[in-house]
Amino acid sequence: MMSKWALYWKHNQQKWMPFVFLAPATLFFLVLIVYPIVESLRLSFFKWDGLGEKNWVGGGNYVELLSDHRFWLSVRNTFYWTVFFLIAPVVGLLLAIFLNQKIRGIRFVKSMFFFPFVISQVVVGLVFAWFYEPHNGLLNEVLKFLGMSPIAILSNENWVTFGIIAAGMWPQVAYCLIIYLTGLSGLSPTLIEAARLDRAKGWKMLWYIIIPQLRSATFVAVVISVIGALRSFDLISIMTGGGPYDSSSVLAYFMYDQTMFSYRMGYGAAIASVLFVLMDIYIVYFLIRLWRGERGTSDRSILGN
Amino acid sequence: MFPRPIEKRAVPFQVSYRVLVVLALVLWMLPLLAIAMTSIRSLEDITTGNYWGLPRDWSVIDNYLAIFTASKIGRYLLNSLIVTIPAVAGSLALATMAGFALAKYRFRGNFFIFAMFIAGNFIPYQILLIPVRDLAIGTNVYNTFWALILFHTCFQTGFSIFFMRNFIADLPDEIMESARVDGVGEWKIFVYLIIPLLRPALAALGVLIFTFVWNDYFWALVLVQDDAYRPITAGLSSLRGQWIASWNLIAAGSIVAALPPVIMFFVMQKQFIAGLTMGTTKG
Repeated sequence: MMSKWALYWKHNQQKWMPFVFLAPATLFFLVLIVYPIVESLRLSFFKWDGLGEKNWVGGGNYVELLSDHRFWLSVRNTFYWTVFFLIAPVVGLLLAIFLNQKIRGIRFVKSMFFFPFVISQVVVGLVFAWFYEPHNGLLNEVLKFLGMSPIAILSNENWVTFGIIAAGMWPQVAYCLIIYLTGLSGLSPTLIEAARLDRAKGWKMLWYIIIPQLRSATFVAVVISVIGALRSFDLISIMTGGGPYDSSSVLAYFMYDQTMFSYRMGYGAAIASVLFVLMDIYIVYFLIRLWRGERGTSDRSILGN
Repeated sequence: MFPRPIEKRAVPFQVSYRVLVVLALVLWMLPLLAIAMTSIRSLEDITTGNYWGLPRDWSVIDNYLAIFTASKIGRYLLNSLIVTIPAVAGSLALATMAGFALAKYRFRGNFFIFAMFIAGNFIPYQILLIPVRDLAIGTNVYNTFWALILFHTCFQTGFSIFFMRNFIADLPDEIMESARVDGVGEWKIFVYLIIPLLRPALAALGVLIFTFVWNDYFWALVLVQDDAYRPITAGLSSLRGQWIASWNLIAAGSIVAALPPVIMFFVMQKQFIAGLTMGTTKG
């Protein structure tokens, strides 16, 4: 004889099991992701040094941001990162087309091209810091060889951000390359053959036949690059620490700097909130697309971080 | 195939293509080659400015031995492993269960919960920094392995659920239906029918998460302080402060820090790429 509960469970477990399966992940997520977001947004309306009392200042932190030149410097640099990172999908696609051949050893060549994506940004940062080293770095050796005067990229206010972005492009292009190589291997051969019979060639073929078929790859590559740009932190922290004179800071780094070194939690939270809202534009765009895909044909894309 | 297979081209074209590939490869790897070369030089080479010629005396063993004996790099590597392995296992377990629920059951709020996990995967770390740090301090896990393990487990779960849910959704419903008809409980269906089918997905996801967690720098910087818990990324950046001009040691340290994910990548390349690009060819 089964107890009442056991009987209920036997007949209703299909209704309850999904929540049992979801519970651990959801609980974790609520505590370590959702709650912190809400709390950060709330903190952005307070003045707080992290230890003492929290004082309500309303929109005070945001008003202060508007007149803080370091904030605008960070906004400008974040904008540069985003714009330049959008070149990564283009370069990735061109490289993918270049490497999409079946010659001997191409597998090895491709994996070497993926390489920068696998290694830590800390290592990438050190590698490029060495590369830019003002006295004997490879870049300056090349400049000297070409008869130009050497420049100390990382201590030059005008060049520093672009120098770091260039370092960031290296793994980012590798990532886009991986995505496009997979995209190219999934092209429809019949469509290409048909286009060839119609004498489509070169750029026309690429523009009208190939790129339209790579739509989801492009979508993923673009979203990943924008998110990667908005998240840029590691390279800046390793290569310059935001300097010289904050000239290489971005929103993500500026927030960290204000919070960890100036103990301005409320102000830091306000910077984080600005970055968060900026990022939400892309998150919502992605979710809407996913939502449409779920209802129509299954159109999925995977994103790393 | 696009572009046109190179074999169908004239021989000079084929040859120049191969030359170009090699050239592009060398150019692409130049920063890395430079650091590899530097890691086997003696300090004398560095101070006298012999950066790019052949090393005057080869210090392969000296340098790599030096970083292990003169610094805590061995400790940092071990710390990274202690953090990474449980975090990978934890997020795989959480994501497999949640992904299964989201893929195979219909209930209200299904898409909403799914969307929450995906959105969580994209947010900037900075929006979490202050509260997560406070939580860690308040629960006494700040500056311990637990702080990093718990946070990474949770954060990687967002991405993993996205991955798992899509993979499980592609499994045919019939296997579950017929088991249900036979009176098999839902938990047993999950453990004995679903999980064995997930092996390729678990492998692919595991390699990816390993790389992501191993390479994390931000949380390593803000959740732990002591060398006893510091992972290799944060450790390497603190060593840089000590070694200032000893670029040969910094270079050797960089190589050592990069090695584990690189080995993982080469051993499991197929799974790695399959994981990274799942679904980009559809739609």
